Amino acid sequence: MDDAAIVCRGLRKTYPQGVEAVRGLDLAVPRGSCFGLLGPNGAGKTTTVEILEGLLEKTSGEVEVLGRRWEDSAREIRERIGVSLQETRLAEKLQVLETLRLFRSFYRSGLDPAEAMELVGLSEKAKERVGRLSGGQRQRLAVATAMVGNPELLFLDEPTTGLDPQARRQLWDVLRAFRTEGRTIVLTTHYMDEAERLCDEIAIVDRGQRIALGTPKSLIGSVGGDHVIEVDFPSADMSDRAEALAKGWPQVQSAHRSGTTLEWNVRSLTETLPDVLRRLEEAGLTLAELRTRQASLEDVFVKLTGRHLREESAIPHL
Amino acid sequence: MKSPRSPIFELILSRLREFWREPEALFWVYGFPILLIVALGLAFPDEAPRPAVDVASLPGHETAAAALRSGGDIDVVVNSLEVARARHRSERTDLVVIPEGEGYVYLYDPSRPEDHLAKVMADSAIQRAKGRPDPVMTRGETVKLPGSRYIDWLLPGLVGMNIMGGGLWGVGFVLVDMRVRKLLKRFRATPMRRSDFLLAILGSRVAFMIPEVFTILLIGKLLFGAPLGGAPLLLALVILAGSICFCGLGLLLACRTERLETASGLTNLAMMPMWILSGIFFSAERFPDAIQPFVRALPLTQLNFALRGVILEGQGLSDIAFPLVMLVGVGGIAFALALRWFRWT
Repeated sequence: MDDAAIVCRGLRKTYPQGVEAVRGLDLAVPRGSCFGLLGPNGAGKTTTVEILEGLLEKTSGEVEVLGRRWEDSAREIRERIGVSLQETRLAEKLQVLETLRLFRSFYRSGLDPAEAMELVGLSEKAKERVGRLSGGQRQRLAVATAMVGNPELLFLDEPTTGLDPQARRQLWDVLRAFRTEGRTIVLTTHYMDEAERLCDEIAIVDRGQRIALGTPKSLIGSVGGDHVIEVDFPSADMSDRAEALAKGWPQVQSAHRSGTTLEWNVRSLTETLPDVLRRLEEAGLTLAELRTRQASLEDVFVKLTGRHLREESAIPHL
Repeated sequence: MKSPRSPIFELILSRLREFWREPEALFWVYGFPILLIVALGLAFPDEAPRPAVDVASLPGHETAAAALRSGGDIDVVVNSLEVARARHRSERTDLVVIPEGEGYVYLYDPSRPEDHLAKVMADSAIQRAKGRPDPVMTRGETVKLPGSRYIDWLLPGLVGMNIMGGGLWGVGFVLVDMRVRKLLKRFRATPMRRSDFLLAILGSRVAFMIPEVFTILLIGKLLFGAPLGGAPLLLALVILAGSICFCGLGLLLACRTERLETASGLTNLAMMPMWILSGIFFSAERFPDAIQPFVRALPLTQLNFALRGVILEGQGLSDIAFPLVMLVGVGGIAFALALRWFRWT
């Protein structure tokens, strides 16, 4: 597969203590695409990318990166990839430009450090010490150290975790610019909006296995309906009755319940919502709350696993 | 675009920058040894020893006190016997003279050289006052021997101690800290070579060491007129060999350590025997013959031999060949093992 940046078949990783972090994972990442590994914390995303990055030994399976294998071409692969780890504390006493010069010196060819700094929008901070940068600036510097070797393939592990919305947006812009030059990005995230906005293709990973694969649109479409109606009732009894009732409605593509809240995926709000409200009223069910929203990858995950991606569900939609 | 410099050069430059921008590190490397030198210089001043003698206030003490004072080179105090004994116990006086009948009893501790000197000088003064003749005419001619004072002897020991501490801490701790910060893992993801990295860590430490050591020696010379004998190039060679040895050992201690606490425990464990046995503050040759082979097998013992040989005695390359070979050998073996066992994560 010459057009694949990464091929990985039957990948397994069992840690010495017996923890099976990755349990038979298959991936194929086309060159020039942005590929996302989406999953909750502890799903095995980091273990997977660290194996792909050559930082961890796999237990079994096959991995090819840019057509090469880690076993016999480690140095060559490292020349051609860029990596930003989940948490790296770069030397705090070094300045931004000094840090990029250091990383540039490791590669045979690459960008001018000033150019890498420009790419991530840190030019004004060239002389600033890393210790004085904000979280978002540090993260952009980390990405710049990954880009300074002018990689064909860029790995980013949770690139925007802990960043405020503005900092996240800035980093997304950086990645989109990188993408336009025909290079490949592999990123892990537990932010569904990040995966939706950046990725051409997404693998949803849970408990060390791939549970879904596709474009954001096709994955969301697989839930059966672009819209979600969320209804909440004053009592569990009413929720029970509404849940039973909805099973007979053809408009509801799929349903999910958490507590007294019911979520119904539907294709069209304008057609379905009045009908749903009428039927509930006829059944004598009074609503405590009614919300509608666009279906997201979160709903895909919920449909597949019955669980939410993350406990704290309040992720700001940008 | 400027072509990038070699990874070794950039790595060394980064380490040097980090070091200079870290005030605490600067203090421990420069400030602490300087304070130590000044403190020890004050505690062991460059003066002819003056014995302190207490005379117990019993009948006959006036004669003894007058006799002791006549020479002018003994500090004499009259105290009650109890006070005098107490002062001797706490080493505030070197000798107690106790009148007894027509004669005197000398109270002193034969294991203290100061007590011996006081006893000999006091006895001579008392006997002469009573009319003991000197059958032979003698006179003293005083000279000043460089390097004979404690501070002169101590300085090379402090230099050795600094090289040991700088190597073990400066390399080991820095490396483990980088591992804890996942910076090593990040470096691992680049095509940078392991040997480049380890050589750079070693090289930057050696680069700090030479100015550090010359600062200590210079302060010693300026403040106390300590000798700086021997060829500077040979001295630099000894410092280099010592640095290679201890940086290599530091690297080895840190090659797999994952926690800072473990690193600090291992380092202290490695330094402890050398602190005690290797002749920093007193000569390693004072230890019994039975443990000398062990004492001499310690790298710091050999480093201190070589440093004192060059600085105090002006020895040549052939005199210190053995310590040099041993230091470089130990460092080389440690480096090779570290390179083999090293873990990035």
